Amino acid sequence: MKLKKGIPVIDQGDRLGFWGGKFGGNFVPETLKKPIEDLEIQFNRLKNDKNFIKERDKYFKNWIGTPTRFIKLNNLTKQVGGAQIWSKVVSDANGGAHKIYNATVHCLLAKRSGKKVIIGDTGAGYAGKMLSMAAKKFGLKCKIFMGAKDIKRQQPNVKAMKKNGADVIPVYSGSQTLVDAVSECMRFWVTNCDTTAMCVGSTVGPAIFVRICGWSTSQISRELKVQLINEFGEVPKKLKLYNCVGGGSSSFGFWNEFMDYNKKQVEFIGVEAGGPTKSKRHAAPLTYGSKIGILHGAAQYVNQNSDGQIEETESISAGLDYPGISPLHCFLKDTKRARYTAASDEEALKAYQIVTKYESLRPSLEPSHAFSVAIKEAKKLSKDTIVIINSCGDAYKDRGILEKKLGKKYVKSN
Amino acid sequence: MLNPISLAFKNAKKKKRPALLTYTVAGDSSKKQSLEILKAISNYADILEVGVPHNTPVADGGQIQTSAYRAIKNGIKMNDIFKIVSDFKKTKNSKPVILMGYYNMIYQYGENNFLKKCKKSEVNGLIVVDLPWPENKIFSKKCKKNEINFIQLLSPTTSNKRLKSITKDSHDMIYYISMLSTTGGKLKVSPKKILANYNKIKKISPKKNCVIGFGITEKTISKFKNTDGLVVGSQICKEITRSLNNRQNPVINVSKMVNKLRKKIS
Ligand SMILES: Cc1ncc(COP(=O)(O)O)c(C=O)c1O
Repeated sequence: MKLKKGIPVIDQGDRLGFWGGKFGGNFVPETLKKPIEDLEIQFNRLKNDKNFIKERDKYFKNWIGTPTRFIKLNNLTKQVGGAQIWSKVVSDANGGAHKIYNATVHCLLAKRSGKKVIIGDTGAGYAGKMLSMAAKKFGLKCKIFMGAKDIKRQQPNVKAMKKNGADVIPVYSGSQTLVDAVSECMRFWVTNCDTTAMCVGSTVGPAIFVRICGWSTSQISRELKVQLINEFGEVPKKLKLYNCVGGGSSSFGFWNEFMDYNKKQVEFIGVEAGGPTKSKRHAAPLTYGSKIGILHGAAQYVNQNSDGQIEETESISAGLDYPGISPLHCFLKDTKRARYTAASDEEALKAYQIVTKYESLRPSLEPSHAFSVAIKEAKKLSKDTIVIINSCGDAYKDRGILEKKLGKKYVKSN
Repeated sequence: MLNPISLAFKNAKKKKRPALLTYTVAGDSSKKQSLEILKAISNYADILEVGVPHNTPVADGGQIQTSAYRAIKNGIKMNDIFKIVSDFKKTKNSKPVILMGYYNMIYQYGENNFLKKCKKSEVNGLIVVDLPWPENKIFSKKCKKNEINFIQLLSPTTSNKRLKSITKDSHDMIYYISMLSTTGGKLKVSPKKILANYNKIKKISPKKNCVIGFGITEKTISKFKNTDGLVVGSQICKEITRSLNNRQNPVINVSKMVNKLRKKIS
């Protein structure tokens, strides 16, 4: 298995949509073949269309607010004592997380194909919140599928979706989390694909959704590359990019522009959710060696039993609480371009406390997983190493959990 | 010699009626009871689809999901499903069996192992919901080699070009999904429209037995008498749930229902 240089990773799949010959694909009911093919044709045409790119960039700039900040965490760097610690504050983006890029692109595509309704899944509620924002902006009706357990634990985002006029449909099947929300959303699409567009909330699902999402979030690394050159005059000689990995959309977008660099120069570190320390139900298929299986239309490493039933996961962060992982990351893992590890619930909480103590930055529980590993590793790294963590979400949505786990003083008002 | 599935269609045709295909989930509500249900409905149905329960089913509606979750909760495993089929096949008036499920279950078992086991337990056909054409080309060839009918699915969204390629690569039986829906949806398209699509398929591929499924219930079944076969699934699963909720015997109730269905198309 080999990663090619000079070709975007999203375009390195084969004719049937498999990366490395075995990850991804289109394991979908016959009914979805046609809408998926239509979307493929549309996207393949538009992703090279100057007018479309112009339109995308206009909304990214004026509405999402690009570029998001790239800042040095001076206090944290001093405290840790090792590599320089920086952050790409993607939570600056309109809505508070990277999910806005994919949501915006899907709405632009839906608009162009004349669809009136757009549906989507959500775990942490960010994908749903952003889709509801973009749908409102572009005049589309919006339905969001969300596990009943997630609805309870991510109320601020649920409220935001409803305020934007979206229908939030609770999903009660299975573990009542993201995995079930995606299933239910796909089922709804099977029934309504003639009138409705679907947005998958991460770089998962049938191959075309993986590609569209990866293409959209790559905005993050396009900005970062410019910011690095402005700051250092070049892409630093020792650069490490830490990102949490749920489905894998923010991490892929954070890395994409640096794909062709030697990994000795630009290393990618993906941090999965290890769940509570004493649990086994980890949402970390790459770290703990899950077997390849099919989930939501794509072949990937996925937590499952020997029969092929998908296993439940457990994580404090709803956004990482997913048994599968993007085919793109399976590919990056097996080609050894990226390295994957996990942080536990407790480690993520601790990292959140450290970051908020020393910096005026408030990463949500998902990026707190990445901070945890980055802080640990930065200690042992030289001063000329640049460590960057993608702070891809804001902790406002987690206030309920943080208050319960850490007490009131960690929940700032707003 | 005709394979058992084709023979079942031929026998139904002799009696000038469509073949009746039922769908029940293996292990619903227990291993033993699902076997009892198969034995009982085999008096009235011509071909039995046996669902392999999966916990992330992207094409099944509420009724079949409920049955599948019930079966999984009761501990059903792939090997139990093969055992149910082979026990059923040992009974006197057994009927052809088609396993229906999602590809991950086959993938984890290993395609070759899975087919070996199918043969041994006398499974006659396979429907793999999420392995469409052309992704299924290699596997369907393997099925053919093992004398197992790989049943291709067609849907209202299938283009004419695709339709031709798929039917060309199909075995003796094909399955037309009546409408855009998961299983268990109400019939939202007129029977006339469904039959027009059905006839289009028959015109392209007159020799293959084409069944219609999705939205077929006691209420709608008689509108499709002039077809090769009809599949009833969700209504049966719902009847199992209803019986359990009312503390009645699902075996008796389901068997009554299938008898009625059969009468409506006879
Ligand atoms: C803030 C945040 N980070 C990360 C994730 C994980 O998703 P992904 O790996 O696709 O970025 C989510 C998902 O909801 C999220 O809300």
